[in-house]
Amino acid sequence: MIELTDVRKVFPARRRAGEVVAVDGVSLRVQAGEFAGVVGPSGSGKSTLVRLVNLLERPTSGSVTVDGQVLTDLPDDRVREARRSIGMVFQHFELLDSRTAAGNVEHPLELAGVGRAERRRRATELLDLVGLGERAEARPAQLSGGQKQRVAIARALAVRPKVLLCDEATSALDQASTAGVLELLRRVRSELGLTVLLITHEMAVVKAVCDSAVLLERGRVVDGGRLSEVLTRGHSPLADALLPAPVADAGAGHGGALLRVTVTDRTPETVVLQTLVGELGLAVEVAGGSVETVAGGRYGRLLLRVTGDLDRLDAGLRGLRDGGVVVERVPAHGGVAAGSGATR
Amino acid sequence: MSDWGRVYPQLFEATGETLYMVGVAALLTVLLGVPLGVLLTVTAPGGLAPRPLLNRALGLVVNLGRALPFIILLVLVAPVTRGIVGTTIGSTAAIVPLTLGAIPFLARLVETSLREIAPGKVEAALSMGARRRDVVRTVLLPESRPSLVAGVTVTVVALISYSAMAGAVGGGGLGDFAIRFGYQQFRTDITLLTVVLLLVIVQLLQWAGDRWARRLAHV
Repeated sequence: MIELTDVRKVFPARRRAGEVVAVDGVSLRVQAGEFAGVVGPSGSGKSTLVRLVNLLERPTSGSVTVDGQVLTDLPDDRVREARRSIGMVFQHFELLDSRTAAGNVEHPLELAGVGRAERRRRATELLDLVGLGERAEARPAQLSGGQKQRVAIARALAVRPKVLLCDEATSALDQASTAGVLELLRRVRSELGLTVLLITHEMAVVKAVCDSAVLLERGRVVDGGRLSEVLTRGHSPLADALLPAPVADAGAGHGGALLRVTVTDRTPETVVLQTLVGELGLAVEVAGGSVETVAGGRYGRLLLRVTGDLDRLDAGLRGLRDGGVVVERVPAHGGVAAGSGATR
Repeated sequence: MSDWGRVYPQLFEATGETLYMVGVAALLTVLLGVPLGVLLTVTAPGGLAPRPLLNRALGLVVNLGRALPFIILLVLVAPVTRGIVGTTIGSTAAIVPLTLGAIPFLARLVETSLREIAPGKVEAALSMGARRRDVVRTVLLPESRPSLVAGVTVTVVALISYSAMAGAVGGGGLGDFAIRFGYQQFRTDITLLTVVLLLVIVQLLQWAGDRWARRLAHV
């Protein structure tokens, strides 16, 4: 549904500063119906990237395709039409203070030339959808942050877009409002069959709503994929960002072996424990880690310390790996450190 | 003071002339000054339709209009006035320099108001497929309405003060009245009365403008 191919955006040099390469050769593909995230630290080019999708910023090079239309090949007036099938939600809502909630939802319909009666009807319908049917006549100044963002979402959906872009849509909200808005986004995605591209600097947001994500750093994609797949990898920048790897030196030097295990719905920790405790007769202690719900599935990374008769451990781990479990022995950090210290 | 009976009708007439000059000039100023202010805003670097050269040229003309003392403008535009009105004398003729003097003033105020609008609101409208003129019509002007009304109020008050000088070209009005009956005939009471009358008009205008602006501001 969205396809960026080797997109670059360079902002020309200004008086003091030299030219800035905001987006540096990004290729990205979002399937229809997917909830995709772009995550990265501030200044990584996320906001520029999302603006390249609806050509609010024209890429310096590369191509942008949305819903089969190569936007970068279109003249300005056709781009304007194409934007109507791409809704956008902003960090600071950007509602018009001079209009009521309903008036704001009507704005894009007005721009599209929809008649007054139809606009009213549609605005009511959309405000009901986002749970603000009662506040149709309220001014933005009378609404809370979360409510404003709901109105903004209703506005973005008014012209029945196929794609919804969210630029840090929850970053100006408190935790409760964030949860509400994210829940709403997931709901409209499934009810309306939308494709969503969400930009955020918060991993928690990606974990809560995204099916897939890419990690952006200094204008480049450094990692990405479906979360269910990323999280079953042992190590990767995005996996580590989503579920911080447990610290390996926790309680090092107590003997035994340290194991790093990736837990998923298909390979829960019970399977691992069954092998380690039940079959190998080892004592298992959780040295660190966490298990969380991500993209509707259960994922975790655990650091286990096993003690006892370790002779059959490697064979047991091989068996687990054959069964699809991601598990690795952590090199004994404490020992290595002590050894190198002694030679000095 | 036995001559008040003679003065009152003249005062009444002068008030009418002032209101006529200021009213028509204000209307024309809004009709021409607001578009000029919009043009100044959108052609600025980083604006909706950046045209650096046009922007600089407009800025220069506007600054020239504002730097010129009104009394000089009055004389300078006399040929233009004659061209438009047919004469350079009278209230109607005074409307031309009044309007020309107030347009740059209002245009700058409009520009300041429009610049206050968060760029994100413009971006949001563009993301909905708005054309540039749609952005001006549905975002910039409505969102800055309270501040535009305040700007127009200030401009109208300035017009009243300018109009006092229109007497110099036989435009009549309260300023002219104060000079002819008050100053030149050593009648301080008449001068004072005229000033009070002007003050009342300005106060009423300011009060109405403030009320209107407040009603439009929903923040």
